[in-house]
Amino acid sequence: MIRFDRVSKRYPPGVDALSDLSFEVAGGQMVVVSGHSGAGKSTLLKLIAAVEKSTTGAVLVGGQNVSGLPRSALPYLRRRIGMVFQDQKLLFDRSVFENVMLPLSIAGFPARDAAQRVRAALEKVGLGNREKALPVMLSGGEQQRLAIARAVVNRPSLLLADEPTAHLDSETASDVARIFHEFHHVGVTVLIATYASDLFPGAKRLQLDHGRLLP
Amino acid sequence: MKVWLAQHREALLLALRRLGAAPVNSLLSLLAIGIALALPAGGQMLLANALQLAGTTSAVPQISIFMAANAERRAATEIQSRLGKYGGVKQVRLLPREETLARMKANPGLRDVIEALPANPFPDAFVVTATDDSPEAMEKLAVEFRQWPRVEHVQLDSAWVRRLDALLKLGRTAVMVLGGLLGAGLIAISFSIIRMQVLTHRAEVEVSQLLGATDAFIQRPFLYYGVLLGLGGGVVAWLLTGAAALWLRAPLSELVRLYDLSLVLQSLGARDSALLLGFAAGLGWLGAMISLRQHLR
Ligand SMILES: Nc1ncnc2c1ncn2[C@@H]1O[C@H](COP(=O)(O)OP(=O)(O)O)[C@@H](O)[C@H]1O
Ligand SMILES: [Mg+2]
Repeated sequence: MIRFDRVSKRYPPGVDALSDLSFEVAGGQMVVVSGHSGAGKSTLLKLIAAVEKSTTGAVLVGGQNVSGLPRSALPYLRRRIGMVFQDQKLLFDRSVFENVMLPLSIAGFPARDAAQRVRAALEKVGLGNREKALPVMLSGGEQQRLAIARAVVNRPSLLLADEPTAHLDSETASDVARIFHEFHHVGVTVLIATYASDLFPGAKRLQLDHGRLLP
Repeated sequence: MKVWLAQHREALLLALRRLGAAPVNSLLSLLAIGIALALPAGGQMLLANALQLAGTTSAVPQISIFMAANAERRAATEIQSRLGKYGGVKQVRLLPREETLARMKANPGLRDVIEALPANPFPDAFVVTATDDSPEAMEKLAVEFRQWPRVEHVQLDSAWVRRLDALLKLGRTAVMVLGGLLGAGLIAISFSIIRMQVLTHRAEVEVSQLLGATDAFIQRPFLYYGVLLGLGGGVVAWLLTGAAALWLRAPLSELVRLYDLSLVLQSLGARDSALLLGFAAGLGWLGAMISLRQHLR
């Protein structure tokens, strides 16, 4: 499903975020990417969705080297990947329903089925009764679950989440972790960047240290 | 196809929502565009009316032929039949000297003077219009008529025609220059408003890109916004010229009546209205397009 082949990423001023990284994730696996702050976790996820491009090496997603994709092909890659961003990136002038609707509108999903999909995704994360609310009216945990609903509404086979349990109390955090386990159980490949790797027992570990993979 | 329509509908709704989100701002923008467009639109309206006026009776260039004062009626009838058969002559109207006398006597100021005269001082006269009323053709006819027997004087009112013609040409150029300048102004207004819009909706643009939106998808609501701005401005301009036409109608009719003409000022016709709205929408779109090229990605 995902293969990194001697991948390095250097940001413009000369920061080496990732160095000579090679690993493989099989379809349906659950993977936890852990490491100190600045270790390169976010960068690793961004390379998979081609939000950033590798400086050297190949990033293969579903057999396709996404580092070499032209700009015009990026939308179609991203529609196949569900992403939960570290800063969530919710639209605060749109309702909960509209936030989750956005990926479907973007993908040109037929309107009638789209509403059902949105409701199903909201049910799944326990926000079925908050459709009309604005994101500011939600608690931190609810906002995180909204971000997850938006990531999965397209039913992607690959789900990436960047620190999805940060800033949540332990009870809410394990609620959110449980949602990821559920997606894993129905066959979705899940990659989670987190400090809190103990929330995801049974997951494969990738431990980063200053941009290098620890054995 | 259905998806395409749905996406356009959605983009249009989003653009409307964004316009509605800052109603005072939007209204002022529309007013600014509308006033800018009202100038060339109003010019075009006046021009169309002037053309129409020029097309009515008195504005058709004429040749006046005056017989010698002592010419007999027979000579005049001869000239009349000759004119009737002459190629290039469209219409001939005889003004018999008795009629002219009677008409002049009807004027109280002139009556005493005329009655003091021993004989009718007015000659028989003709008013001729030509099939080809270009100044050159008219001049040629006048030269010809001057040769005819018992014709005393031939007057060509082409000077006036030329003046009107030149004036209309100037008017047309002025409207075009004004339209060009203010059209460029509209593009600039749309450009900077869309720039503001892109800045305002930065987050949305970024999120949409991350969620797999194509450039077309992201640009669409902004383009609709530009089109709506232009179109709205066009409607404002249309209303302004309509109001101006109503307001100017009475005083202008009065003025024109002094020159023995009649004119009911008409607002922009269907073709000009459609052109105005089309151009306004198009320029709004163009400004938005250029702005997006600069400010997106
Ligand atoms: N856009 C960027 N420009 C420059 N440096 C960056 C950028 N993003 C991340 N970095 C640097 O790359 C390194 C790895 O960052 P990141 O992948 O965000 O780590 P983590 O998510 O593990 O905290 C850090 O040193 C960070 O400062
Ligand atoms: Mg990070």
